Amino acid sequence: MTIHELHQKLVNKELSALELTKAVIAHKEAVEGQVHAYLSDSHEQALAVAEAVDAKIAKGEAIAPLAGIPGAVKDNICIKGQPATCASKMLENFIPPYNASVIEALQGQDFISLGKVNMDEFAMGGSTENSALAKTTNPWNADYVPGGSSGGSAAAVSSGSAIWALGSDTGGSIRQPSSYCGVVGLKPTYGNVSRYGLIAFASSLDQIGPVARDVTDAALVLNAITGHDDHDSTSIPGQRPDYTKALVNDVKGMTIGVPKEYFGDGLHEDVRKAMEEAIETYRSLGAAIKEVSLPTTKYALSAYYIIALAEASSNLARYDGVSYGLRVPADNLVEMSTKTRTIGFGPEVQRRILLGTYVLSAGYYDAYYLKAMKARRLIKEEFDRAFEDVDVLLAPVAPNTAFKFGEKINDPLSMYLEDICTVPVNLAGIPAISIPAGFASNGMPIGMQLMGKPMGEEAILQAAYTFEQARPECNKVAPTGEVQL
Amino acid sequence: MKYETVVGLEVHTELKTKSKIFCGCTTEFGGDQNTHVCPVCLGLPGCLPVLNKKVLDYAIKVGLALHCDILGFNKFDRKNYYYPDLPKNFQTSQYDLPICLNGYLDIEVGGKTRRIRITRIHMEEDAGKLVHSGSTISTSDSSNVDYNRTGVPLLEIVSEPDMRSGEEARAYVEKLRSILKYLDVSDVRMEEGSLRCDANISVRLVGDDKLGTKTEIKNMNSLSALQKGVEYEALRQAELVDDGGQVVQETRTWDDGKGMTLSMRKKEAENDYRYFPEPDLVPLTISDEQIEDARKTLPELPDAKMARFQDEYGLSNEDSRILTALRETADYLDATVKAGADAKGAANWMLGDLSKMVNEANITFKDAPVKPEQLAKMMALITKGTISGKIAKKVLASMWDTGKDPDVIVEEQGLVQITDTGAIEALVKQVIADNPKSVEDFKSGKGKAIGFLVGQVMKASKGKANPGMVNQMLKEELSK
Amino acid sequence: MKISHEEIQKIALLSRLHIPDEKLAETEKALSDILTYVEQLEELDLTDVQPMAHAVPLYNVYREDKVVPSLDHELALSNAPEEDNGYFKVPRVVQE
Repeated sequence: MTIHELHQKLVNKELSALELTKAVIAHKEAVEGQVHAYLSDSHEQALAVAEAVDAKIAKGEAIAPLAGIPGAVKDNICIKGQPATCASKMLENFIPPYNASVIEALQGQDFISLGKVNMDEFAMGGSTENSALAKTTNPWNADYVPGGSSGGSAAAVSSGSAIWALGSDTGGSIRQPSSYCGVVGLKPTYGNVSRYGLIAFASSLDQIGPVARDVTDAALVLNAITGHDDHDSTSIPGQRPDYTKALVNDVKGMTIGVPKEYFGDGLHEDVRKAMEEAIETYRSLGAAIKEVSLPTTKYALSAYYIIALAEASSNLARYDGVSYGLRVPADNLVEMSTKTRTIGFGPEVQRRILLGTYVLSAGYYDAYYLKAMKARRLIKEEFDRAFEDVDVLLAPVAPNTAFKFGEKINDPLSMYLEDICTVPVNLAGIPAISIPAGFASNGMPIGMQLMGKPMGEEAILQAAYTFEQARPECNKVAPTGEVQL
Repeated sequence: MKYETVVGLEVHTELKTKSKIFCGCTTEFGGDQNTHVCPVCLGLPGCLPVLNKKVLDYAIKVGLALHCDILGFNKFDRKNYYYPDLPKNFQTSQYDLPICLNGYLDIEVGGKTRRIRITRIHMEEDAGKLVHSGSTISTSDSSNVDYNRTGVPLLEIVSEPDMRSGEEARAYVEKLRSILKYLDVSDVRMEEGSLRCDANISVRLVGDDKLGTKTEIKNMNSLSALQKGVEYEALRQAELVDDGGQVVQETRTWDDGKGMTLSMRKKEAENDYRYFPEPDLVPLTISDEQIEDARKTLPELPDAKMARFQDEYGLSNEDSRILTALRETADYLDATVKAGADAKGAANWMLGDLSKMVNEANITFKDAPVKPEQLAKMMALITKGTISGKIAKKVLASMWDTGKDPDVIVEEQGLVQITDTGAIEALVKQVIADNPKSVEDFKSGKGKAIGFLVGQVMKASKGKANPGMVNQMLKEELSK
Repeated sequence: MKISHEEIQKIALLSRLHIPDEKLAETEKALSDILTYVEQLEELDLTDVQPMAHAVPLYNVYREDKVVPSLDHELALSNAPEEDNGYFKVPRVVQE
């Protein structure tokens, strides 16, 4: 069930927001035993908002498209008075005294959050296995990871325990789990959505975005959270369009670029096949297909990890046991902070902090960080040139579909390599959407990525929407994902 | 004088903005602990900084006043280190592209002008405050953290190692303080910590070009502590080198009570600050037009004022230096002159009686109860002969106490000078009659005796007789 | 590049993390693997390329110098691990 369908039912009074919220909570309780997408609940607040929405409907007032439709929020986005753990022992008891700007915006639209959802600790990882607090499974097959870091967001939407969710994407953290769980995930242009209140992993790469059942819902959620924010210096100024206006079922006259570097060795055959079929679909719908080359792509992962980890090492320095979060007592301050961090952070977070510290440290800055920032410019300029000739770029979201638990967790580098198709987008700051594009032979969903130019969300939404209309069989609901109303 | 002292200073000055550098919390002093804080300055997860425009405006002003180049492209960086008064464990500062580079400041020591080059000026955020449970940091079992000062805007002004003595270091900070005061961008109170300075000190043999190993001295909380600290440290290093030892590059703290610098043990590895561009703030571009606009808002600065006081007012170098050290003092003189007073005369009153009163009251000329216009009026009364210079001192004191105009005081207290020839003549005759001895002395050629007789007449008139007339008439009477 | 145990201990100190001796070898391998991988950047010709710190070129973002109310005092201290009379309390700062 989608936001746009449910909104019509609410407006037509076929269904009350309270009934809907109760139904989704009941469904959530049924599937959560298996999926474990949530880290905390806010059912009471959800029911209160639902009642308020019903009151508005009863009075004949207009309601926002998201009003009364239960969603979920990744646990690195601050909601005043509710935990924001980042799936870390470090913040297990942290209650933010303020709202993220996206939450402020959503609260003005009567949004309902059923709770905060799981993720890789501090958004570091691609499987949600790095959560220190829960193990989220893939709703398509519980032996498989849901992807990450927004694994909870994708699993919640896929399993129907939320109609939509907010995730965050630093190097693919919305797109990859959306792809693994067979839902739609959108990473907006850097600066399109405010980061104020998003607990930082890598500040120059992080962006909040929607995880949704279909492209229309993704556009609706984006509409609800987009906009300039005075609290975020990196927020792009100016008005935003109504993104639902881009939902036009037509790609005639559009040029879709296919960057060959995303189709190299290591791409799973099933994924390659799905991409080729998608290209054929677009061709048959009248789009021009153009092969392009982005040769610096192969260096993106290196640049990404250097930049992301450098920023992370600094962003995570604040967790020292002094004024919030975990404190492991010790006789003196250095020991207290060291113990707190050693116990409070999981192994992957510690590894990334060490690496980030190393690449910034005296004598290594030029060799790593400075080079990475230069490579970043090359990557960005390459995208800029490509978008002179094409409207969107089409690529896989990940070289493989979801993997099994434990498969990669002990080999950090192989885990990092799964991000190879998603990180260039974050380095360049451009928008990209992941949409279902079929299924692998093992039944797991395959995602297709459409990338656009800066603030070019409309083009990727249009291309994604057209594909979704043409190939409805690609977007199926996961076995347990249908909410009974 | 075998060794030469080499000093460079890093001065941190808190800017007088209403709100903090990256959030809207007040910068006011004296709130209860942790009441001037918000998610941003507490460094809570998810919070982001937004630059206070005033900080940039002030930085440009200071840069221009110190003859710096203003960088058309500058940016913020993170300086990473752990300290509990730093909630994010990094300080948002400027590293390789600061707002200002390459300035200078002229100081005068022992009658000679020395130019001290300024390397750079950058904007950054202040840290919070640690309150220790014991008397010092090392004897405390625990400490308490107050983040009220966290995020107060700072300018760090870094000099080249161009100073050669504690006295020069002191003169540099005094001059810098004066300029910052003139610009009205900082309270510059060293004791309160709104101006702090760290000194990099080394010694070398006189004539050597190469710099010796330096130490960094912190915690010199007054001008005299700065001078003493530099002198002590230079001597310590010279003695060390003389004894065949080597100066260790380290940070030391000035202990004002003990009158010495002490080593602050710190692991060398921790001095790796891992600067990198602040991703949460965007770069700043400053146009030439913006710089020129800022230049127009600069007030007349001490050097220019001093030159003008000498040229226009005919004041001595020393007097104009004293009168321009504080903007309030210089403004007072200008206002008094503008109100019609003679500049030299006004300067004398200001350097004399008024300075005493101002100092005793521990205020500046700006808050003096005697306003410049009133001083000018009082001086006019002297010129007109309404009161004598001596009575004027009395009048000034009354003006200070009551805030009343001089003519009102003269009127109320009946201090109008006696210029009536008859009245003075009567007093003169009386005094001559009462002091035959002095009259005798005068007549026998002791000219000085006239002074005593004038004094007696003045006394008899309760100071109100016109001294010139008294003198004149006495002489006439005695030569009869 | 292979990272030495000494360097690992240095960055651990800078990061306020403790790495027990028995984990040094494992840490060394993980870090060295990744550092070796990212060194492929050396293949790129980066002369004359300006570093790019931000994804979106924005400049001169300010706020006016206006005071807004601070956080309620209790809320400010609500997450404090240890509080003392309105302060955040920490153990002794000097390590002996």
